[in-house]
Amino acid sequence: MPSFVIVEKCDGCKALDKTACQYICPNDLMVLNAESKKAFNQEPDQCWECYNCVKICPQQAIEVRHYADIMPLGSSTYPMRGSDSIMWTIKFRDQKTTKRFKFPIRTTPEGSIDIMKGKSAPNLADIKKSGLYTGPARKE
Amino acid sequence: MALEREFCKWSFCSKPAVETVETDLLLVGGGMACCGAAVEAAVWAKQAGLKVTLVDKAALDRSGAVAMGLSAINTYIGPENKVADYVNMVRTDLMGIIREDLVYSLGAHVDQTVHDFQDWGLPIWQKDAENHTVDGQAARDEGLPLLKDGGKCVRSGRWQCMINGESYKVIVAEAAKNALGMENIHERVFIVKLLTDKNDPNRVCGAVGFSVREHKTWVFKCKAMIVACGGVVNVFRPRSVGEGQGRAWYPVWNAGSTYAMPAEIGAKMVLMENRFVPARFKDGYGPVGAWFLFFKAQATNAYGEDYMAKNWEQVKKEYPGYADNPGTCLRNHAAMMEMRAGRGPIMMHTDKAMKALAEVLSKKELKHLEAEAWEDFLDMSISAASLWASYNMEPDKVPSEIIPSEPYLLGSHAGCAGLWVSGPEKGYMGAPDSWFWGYDRMTTVQGLFTAGDGVGASGHKFSSGSHVEGRMAAKGAIAFILDHKNDKLEAAQNIDEVIADIYLPFEIYEKYKNYTSAPEINPNYLLPKQVQTRLQKLMDEYCAGCTPMYQTNKTMLEEGLKRLTLLKEDATRIAARDLHELMRAWEQYHRILAGEAHLRHILFREESRYPGYYYRADFLSIDDSKWKVFTISQYNKDTNEWKFETEPYKQLC
Repeated sequence: MPSFVIVEKCDGCKALDKTACQYICPNDLMVLNAESKKAFNQEPDQCWECYNCVKICPQQAIEVRHYADIMPLGSSTYPMRGSDSIMWTIKFRDQKTTKRFKFPIRTTPEGSIDIMKGKSAPNLADIKKSGLYTGPARKE
Repeated sequence: MALEREFCKWSFCSKPAVETVETDLLLVGGGMACCGAAVEAAVWAKQAGLKVTLVDKAALDRSGAVAMGLSAINTYIGPENKVADYVNMVRTDLMGIIREDLVYSLGAHVDQTVHDFQDWGLPIWQKDAENHTVDGQAARDEGLPLLKDGGKCVRSGRWQCMINGESYKVIVAEAAKNALGMENIHERVFIVKLLTDKNDPNRVCGAVGFSVREHKTWVFKCKAMIVACGGVVNVFRPRSVGEGQGRAWYPVWNAGSTYAMPAEIGAKMVLMENRFVPARFKDGYGPVGAWFLFFKAQATNAYGEDYMAKNWEQVKKEYPGYADNPGTCLRNHAAMMEMRAGRGPIMMHTDKAMKALAEVLSKKELKHLEAEAWEDFLDMSISAASLWASYNMEPDKVPSEIIPSEPYLLGSHAGCAGLWVSGPEKGYMGAPDSWFWGYDRMTTVQGLFTAGDGVGASGHKFSSGSHVEGRMAAKGAIAFILDHKNDKLEAAQNIDEVIADIYLPFEIYEKYKNYTSAPEINPNYLLPKQVQTRLQKLMDEYCAGCTPMYQTNKTMLEEGLKRLTLLKEDATRIAARDLHELMRAWEQYHRILAGEAHLRHILFREESRYPGYYYRADFLSIDDSKWKVFTISQYNKDTNEWKFETEPYKQLC
């Protein structure tokens, strides 16, 4: 609401070192209720519907009921995000039309980025010259 | 009767713990610009033995404007284009007034950053040997050369290339994290105030903020700083009225901190009258670029008339010399002519475009094309895809409505509001001496740099340009630090007083909460949301929001300013009930300052430079004889006064 948490599925990320949705929400909306140990969206009208809580939830306990002032009920858009691709399932309100798409998201293993790979350290004397540590500025 | 000023004396709320971090370069923000800055700064800082620290109010993996992902990189010059042509495009689109030294130097560096993205693992669509389009993973599997080695990207427009960008920000954040080390990254800390040096009020020396997770203040002391935390969203009443307010086109958490914090310590701002009004798929805000440029869809009025073809001769007459190429605001203008005449809605004919493509493509290619069309939304505005599903709309069967949105203030997209910064070097491309003061992308405050949405009078940087501009600013900042190694800095502000000021909304709430039976209604304070709705309403009604069809005039602006001034006074009485609301409180404060700058700039510029973004109805034309200038403002927090000046525009290429 827009993102909502299904009570039965949410386990409060008790086995993890942090509550995943609370950690990732860019707008600080997802909160773990200390008593019930269930997460919830504390400010639904500030939700960008960015789906980052949906994508990160290890229990698939979060979905989106889209903006009430805009969208009719009954459709759903749901992602399954892996380490190299994402699969989307879109169900229309008519409950008949379903679209499925799979897209790549990353061509390298997670955590593998080395910004110096194939590059050499720059010379500090060049700090005021144009160019970056990866190469000179384009000249035309 | 003015309300008495409140002070936080810690009589009602408790003092937070204070953690102080000493660093050399502080990066405030976690989006594309600061992630770029982190990578470049880390490399040079290692050579120089300097420390770099990044502070982000969210989590780096998914903070900033690319949090959801993107379906295209919009700035890639590529071997087939010239940087000068990029500058020409930006100048045309931003109605003739840009800092060409900034735009050109960005264009000369941006491809390196795109090549890095591909190295790091961002899937970029490519053309194979038969000139067929393949996605970014297939391009690697098929062993196509990388872009840096001559591989060909898939252009959706002259400067754009398509990507599979769901994890764009995760990848860029990983590079920044690995470069800096997590020990130098502080997430969920919201910086709200900057500190200046005791001996030089025009020198930044630190920043203060608070954790939104625990009762703790963070004080950062630094030699130089890059503030780049996005543009301004929700300063205007949005078209949506309920939950849909969250579905802003730009990220709803961009609160204007990039402009407000530097402005408060006297940094000059430029072209803050500029704004961006994106015409997007209605309500879901799905991107239109790929539909216009890649799928070749047409948009019409209610009667099936192509409003561009219909109105363009008129637009050329109204804005001679500016309508030879249809820039973004003038395209809006042509659509608004129809809307004002009651000939809306504007419809994007996705169905016709798909049918036309079906005639020339194979079944397999068409299936791929359908996936591409949906991915365009799913990568960057998922709700727009859901909107189709919720209305049982298949884009290949029915058209969709597009509409100009509420205004946004920014400097990285098709807009150029921001801070007035130094160019890259003295006399760069013949730039006037007054455009350079020592360090690339430094604001008029010594040691304070910005990038991305922060740098004004440029634009069309988008994600890649913001990233590379962060890198350029990082070099400027490191150079500054090396030149000022022996400076002894001490904050002019009393840190305890700054902290008390930051937590004042807690003190106010605790002091007054028991006076009424409902915490939301209390004559002694306003809650952040109440401040926001008042700001949005007055900006909308008086400062050319969408309700008056983006029109205003001197009298309206002055009326708006009266209301804004009182709101600014009331903002010293914002109450907050928890850390989340304390963050909202300071976000609203930043929005008010950014909104004030916008309103005052529009009042100052007596012409309509950006028709289709806003109209000064009392000065409807573009007046080059007087206004082909940069408008520059400076705020004085102590006197609460604004000073305006102009600087001539100069064409450099």
